[in-house]
Amino acid sequence: MERFFHPEIECASREEMTAIQNEKLLSQVKHVWENVPYYRKKMEEKGVTPDDIKSIDDMYKLPFLSKADLREAYPYGLLGAPLKDCVRIHSTSGTTGKRVVAFYTQDDIDLWEDCCARALTAAGATEEDVCQVSYGFGLFTGGAGLNGGSHKVGCLTIPMSSGNTERQIMFLRDLSATIICCTPSYAAYLGESMKEMGLTPDQIPLKAGIFGAEAWSEEMRHSIEETLGIKAYDIYGLTELSGPGVSFECSEQTGMHINEDHFLAEIIDPDTGEVLPEGTEGELVFTSLDKKAFPLLRYRTKDICVLSRKKCSCGRTLIKMAKPRGRSDDMLIIRGVNVFPSQIETVLLNNGYQANYQIIIDRINNTDTLDVQVEMTPEMFTDDIGEITARQKALVDGLKSMLGLKAKVTLVAPKSITRSEGKAVRVIDRRKI
Amino acid sequence: MSVKQISIFVENKPGKMFEMTEILAASKINLRGLSLAETEGFGIVRILVDDVYKATTLLKDSGYVNKISKVVLVPLPEDKPGALSEVLGILNEEKININYMYAVNGDDNMTYMVLKVNDSNAAELALEARGIHPGDQEVLTQV
Repeated sequence: MERFFHPEIECASREEMTAIQNEKLLSQVKHVWENVPYYRKKMEEKGVTPDDIKSIDDMYKLPFLSKADLREAYPYGLLGAPLKDCVRIHSTSGTTGKRVVAFYTQDDIDLWEDCCARALTAAGATEEDVCQVSYGFGLFTGGAGLNGGSHKVGCLTIPMSSGNTERQIMFLRDLSATIICCTPSYAAYLGESMKEMGLTPDQIPLKAGIFGAEAWSEEMRHSIEETLGIKAYDIYGLTELSGPGVSFECSEQTGMHINEDHFLAEIIDPDTGEVLPEGTEGELVFTSLDKKAFPLLRYRTKDICVLSRKKCSCGRTLIKMAKPRGRSDDMLIIRGVNVFPSQIETVLLNNGYQANYQIIIDRINNTDTLDVQVEMTPEMFTDDIGEITARQKALVDGLKSMLGLKAKVTLVAPKSITRSEGKAVRVIDRRKI
Repeated sequence: MSVKQISIFVENKPGKMFEMTEILAASKINLRGLSLAETEGFGIVRILVDDVYKATTLLKDSGYVNKISKVVLVPLPEDKPGALSEVLGILNEEKININYMYAVNGDDNMTYMVLKVNDSNAAELALEARGIHPGDQEVLTQV
């Protein structure tokens, strides 16, 4: 039976949800106008005042915010509440440039944890469950978000953080954890380690996992589900908006329900900024309707995806977003072709390899080279060198048809690719441009 | 009759063969025969050892992917021109395909050819019928 954390919101009628959004939007625009000079200036430059925004249909009038704005306004430029009301910060990993710092009031944290509680409930969590949170704790939002959500649901919560895989597995077994939250690459690594320890899925009581913070493929989901003997749920979020829980999967697993009473979603044409009709692929843009300390309006996520209001079998009416093909920050441009690491992962898993891979890009004689390094596994190894090279060739062909690009495939020794305990490092770009 | 050969995946990079043999050496595994087939990125090292169980366990624990396969150990009765050709002639008559081969010395001071064939049983039967007795694991383990 499907459970809901906030049934009145998660299953609200379209009219009810629109009314909630309209009311919140008007007050949020006013809040930002009065408290965030950086954004007010942007509005003034566009000739927009809070009076021009009468409903969510007027969203298109508001200016966008991008990651560049967040960097420019670093650290306090987008703060929307007095510091005395702020109780915490979180920060992005900062791998693509300067860190982004986001602020939270106690109410902001509360609503964020509610969002995570909805996600956990959708994955089947109840107060009977034991939930191991193996996301990193600290500046990263993963640990804190799911930990708070797990408390709200009433699960016995294990604030494990990442790392120390043996201890992770010991706690999973000894405390009979039924739910685990971590990055998908770490889930795969846990599965691999358990297998090495001779544990079978039926020896651990886990039933579900909530995995996010990095792009992962459908094939990787099946592989994790099989090795851990669980159902694997996706969760989506950005530090800029709060963290995980902006959207989450339900039992139908055909996209993620957006917590749209808190985060209003739009899809725009990434080139023109024009709002696109529902069902069209484009860049995902979010407006934070409630958050007071870091109230971003029309924040461009760079994630490319599609929204859908198709009726969901779980009963939720919250709008759904398709799994983004990958954040455009993750997108590589190789010889002019757009490549997402998740596409490469799909090909590897379809060909019987594990998701232990690294992508090395270089530029040799003015031509980009793509080297996909994948670990040899006992299952894929044979004494027949012809068979191994034939499988290698099948990978090259598979990549060629998926990416439209010739890639080199290098088979490397097992465990030679460093395992990550947080976000996996998939790409090494050696091009000097 | 056939013997167990261990095939190991090794990257084609400086130091990789050394690392692998060092591990075997440290545990006093005696390498009785070895051949290396290489490609651009990796190689398959095929070895015959005195203690197959110990070697495979050690390799697995050290993170080496490996597999055991059957090979035929054919003694060359005399060290003279034509000795190999004579043996291969027998297999040829039976239409047995040879995938690869290499030579090792047995403990009995006899030279053996290690043959990877498509049908080990058929090869051994054919050789036996002509009075040639393929070596067994003992040839590699006697010290």
